[in-house]
Amino acid sequence: MKDFIIPSRDMGTPAVKSDVIVNLTVDGIPVSVPSGTSVMRAAAVAGISVPKLCATDHVSAFGSCRLCVVQIDGMRGTPASCTTPVGEGMVVRTQTDEVAQIRKGVMELYISDHPLDCLTCAANGDCELQDMAGAVGLREVRYEPGQNHFAKRSAEGPNPEYRPKDQSNPYFTFDPAKCIVCSRCVRACEEVQGTFALTIEGRGFDSRVSAGMESDSFLSSDCVSCGACVQVCPTATLIENKVIEIGTPEHIVKTTCAYCGVGCSFDVHMRGEEVVRMVPSMDGKANRGHSCVKGRFAWGYATHQDRKLEPMIREKITDPWRVVSWDEALGFAADRLRKSQADHGRDSIGVITSSRCTNEETYLVQKLARAVFGNNNTDTCARVCHSPTGYGLKTAFGTSAGTHDFDSVEDTDLALVIGANPTDGHPVFGSRLRKRLRQGAGLIVIDPREIDLLSTPHMGDSMHLPLRPGTNVAVVTSLAHVIVAEKLYDEAFIREKCDWDEFLAYADFALDPKHSPEEVEKLSKVPADLIRKAARAYASAPRGSIYYGLGVTEHSQGSTTVMAIANLAMMCGNIGVPGTGVNPLRGQNNVQGSCDMGSFPHEYPGYRHVSDDATRELYQRVWGVELSPEPGLRIPNMFDEALAGRFRGLYCQGEDIVQSDPDTRHVTGALSAMDIVIVHDLFLNETSNYAHVFLPGSSFLEKDGTFTNAERRINLVNRAMTPKNGYEDWEVTQLLANRLGANWTYEHPREIMAEIALTTPSFANVTYDLLEREGSVQWPCNEAAPLGTPLMHIDGFVRGKGKFIHTEYVATEERTGARFPLLLTTGRILSQYNVGAQTRRTDNTAWHPEDILEIHPSDAENRGVRDGDWVRVASRSGDTSLRALITDRVAPGVVYTTFHHPTTQANVVTTDNSDWATNCPEFKVTAVQVSPSNGPSEWQEEYQSHSDQSRRILPTAAE
Amino acid sequence: MSNPNDKLIRMATQMADFFRSQPDRPAPEAVADHINHNWAPRMRQDFVALINSGAEADPIVRDAAAFVRLVQQGCDAPT
Repeated sequence: MKDFIIPSRDMGTPAVKSDVIVNLTVDGIPVSVPSGTSVMRAAAVAGISVPKLCATDHVSAFGSCRLCVVQIDGMRGTPASCTTPVGEGMVVRTQTDEVAQIRKGVMELYISDHPLDCLTCAANGDCELQDMAGAVGLREVRYEPGQNHFAKRSAEGPNPEYRPKDQSNPYFTFDPAKCIVCSRCVRACEEVQGTFALTIEGRGFDSRVSAGMESDSFLSSDCVSCGACVQVCPTATLIENKVIEIGTPEHIVKTTCAYCGVGCSFDVHMRGEEVVRMVPSMDGKANRGHSCVKGRFAWGYATHQDRKLEPMIREKITDPWRVVSWDEALGFAADRLRKSQADHGRDSIGVITSSRCTNEETYLVQKLARAVFGNNNTDTCARVCHSPTGYGLKTAFGTSAGTHDFDSVEDTDLALVIGANPTDGHPVFGSRLRKRLRQGAGLIVIDPREIDLLSTPHMGDSMHLPLRPGTNVAVVTSLAHVIVAEKLYDEAFIREKCDWDEFLAYADFALDPKHSPEEVEKLSKVPADLIRKAARAYASAPRGSIYYGLGVTEHSQGSTTVMAIANLAMMCGNIGVPGTGVNPLRGQNNVQGSCDMGSFPHEYPGYRHVSDDATRELYQRVWGVELSPEPGLRIPNMFDEALAGRFRGLYCQGEDIVQSDPDTRHVTGALSAMDIVIVHDLFLNETSNYAHVFLPGSSFLEKDGTFTNAERRINLVNRAMTPKNGYEDWEVTQLLANRLGANWTYEHPREIMAEIALTTPSFANVTYDLLEREGSVQWPCNEAAPLGTPLMHIDGFVRGKGKFIHTEYVATEERTGARFPLLLTTGRILSQYNVGAQTRRTDNTAWHPEDILEIHPSDAENRGVRDGDWVRVASRSGDTSLRALITDRVAPGVVYTTFHHPTTQANVVTTDNSDWATNCPEFKVTAVQVSPSNGPSEWQEEYQSHSDQSRRILPTAAE
Repeated sequence: MSNPNDKLIRMATQMADFFRSQPDRPAPEAVADHINHNWAPRMRQDFVALINSGAEADPIVRDAAAFVRLVQQGCDAPT
């Protein structure tokens, strides 16, 4: 735990929740702690650090090192303080002659089998073994050199007990020679991460930490490289390669991870302006000290050589790029934007805000469209992931957001996971959920694939409803059918919080025989009895929670499924208490925030429609300009309008629409038809192949601001290093706006937040001071809830009464047939993130160097496809080639891939079908055919050559 | 890649498919309301023009056109 440089103290054992408070004294200091707390933790509360090696507050006590022994009046012997619970009136003494002697003896034994190369050791100055040797006053080791684990050789020859370092993991090194077998790593892998990759092999002197089988290295084992083991290791046995390379950090900057929607809090350990390591914050309210391989390790992209740090422009997209000054680039961009408007109308240009940028940056980009362009053509990548969540939950409950915080999972009795793969997509939440499952909570998964969560060791029941892609509404409505038919609903809740007559109408609808499990089985291929069992389990769990992801939203009926989910939660009374709720797992770090900040073309910040006069007048007053009351264009509409020649200019911040949006050819066709495309990004991404202006962006490590995670939590992002491109992203937007005559004068993002709070009721109380003081707050944060709102809809729904909405299943137009007999569904993998622009530029490629097509053995056999073969995947939209992986994780008739790699371009295959309410693309269902292939498709080769061509940069003229 | 005009009708038809089973108000009005809330003026204009020119569409979609709000010119005149 290396707490030499971690300011938050390790309390030795985890906190315990109890209403019973126990009073005791430790070394004469009175202290009161919840019943069940360890003596060690009570001592820590009293300010006393009992020496320890195997104990850490990350994992439950183990009692193996015997260093933490104490004496307790009236108790015989010297109990280990980590495993001894406090008792009322206990009198504890942490330092007596007897315990001092025991500790010295213990340390002497440890040190007798440990190399004494402290000065050149990577943990020098940050080693708990070193600290403890000092703490117990160890001054000599009396044991003669003998059998040990650390010397490579002895006088007799090679040491048979010695094992070389395992350097297979790109981010950390395992050096068995330094291991004291405290088993913290093994316990962290089990208890915190829930992967069970590590074990202690052998007994006594033969005990060793092992990743999987003897033949396994860390990389080949089940290890997911979350780094929890590295974080808890008290010595240099498991240590970050960056620490080996650089040395110990000297200061810490608190910030928030810029990957998924979990929004983990991190302590960035710095030396100067160089990041040494990222350590998840114990006080992080979303992650509680845990992280995944992306957040902890995959930040090297920030300093990757591919980053473009200077602005570039070009006349035509077929020209090479020309590096220019900021002044010239901004002037060029502004002139072209204004020219487009002059030639084609005020509505002919627009913006795309980024769900990866901060709230403040997003706010400015939408403000640019509304206040400077004079239209509402602003949209965000949430369009292509969670826009149905916003629409569906606002219609049902009155708020476009999830209902609960992540802590709530600790109270759930049953989790219903729909269209989400938390252990890959939202790994830290996945670990928190698995922890609860191991404690006995039930699990129902509705997903075409058998996701890893199902193979988690746990004591509760689990069910998998492997539905056919595109039948979510049918299956969820059928669950409602069973609940209504068997009268399993919570009448009291419905009568109090919803409209009873409306429920009765809905009950009639749900009872229609076409929603019966037997009928739905025909569509969804989910056995009827499984639907019944799942419905009964969810309805009868005292606290049932629903977690869902893009497998719900990215469908032609995405919004309808969200409403069906809301119906289920309401009819079972699963809203308003911890352990329940409707919890969307948001894709990107700031999807929630970018929606909150008014990125959508029809809504101002705080989800107020542009036609709402009061809101518009408020912004007109604050911004000092006339605003349009008409909704603007959504991303897919922008593309359609561009192809019609009416949409001519786009400022796209931090999103790679060419790779992430569906039907790639449609997107590239639209971009090619524009007069001015401005890409503001860290890298020349796929979209920049079609751009005229490139404005270099800054990474999250280089800026101040806030991100809002999936639980509505507003987290601070703090600048750890100077932006390599010279400006934080909000500054770049301001420069562009000012070139267009905006006269903005923001000097720091806190001023932008002040404007957000001033104009948005749900953010009214949010200030940087508050965030610094509280760590984070969850909106709504206003006069009614000055410190924010962890749980929503406690005393009733925001909209008044919860609304039951009829959710008729409508089959998607995307159907299989003779030409395209298989259904392709897409998703994410743990080590890569979305379009991969960041993670592909880190060592995470060790785990996932290319996109792979998962195909069922019978489908593969029918097509003569063998494992690892190149296959061509073709749909009505296009085709691409990639390698096949034969697995029964997917059902027959279903194939699956990821979209992390531009060389695959999985979205060449996806179609322009979209959700009926929000135009969220139907990424999850595409009818395809798979056939053997020799390698990349013609389109891929063409694209590659176009891509190479369009990334040429003219050499800067020699002075 | 489909024709943008077909796409407008297709999107409206998807809305009709949802609202036809909602009990609280007539489906054409609900579809039009959704369109008014979410579609830019020019899309609405194109949609109504399409229906008025006799484009083939679901009866709900056809009836919805009458409730779609059109914006007077000027909104999109070149500046």
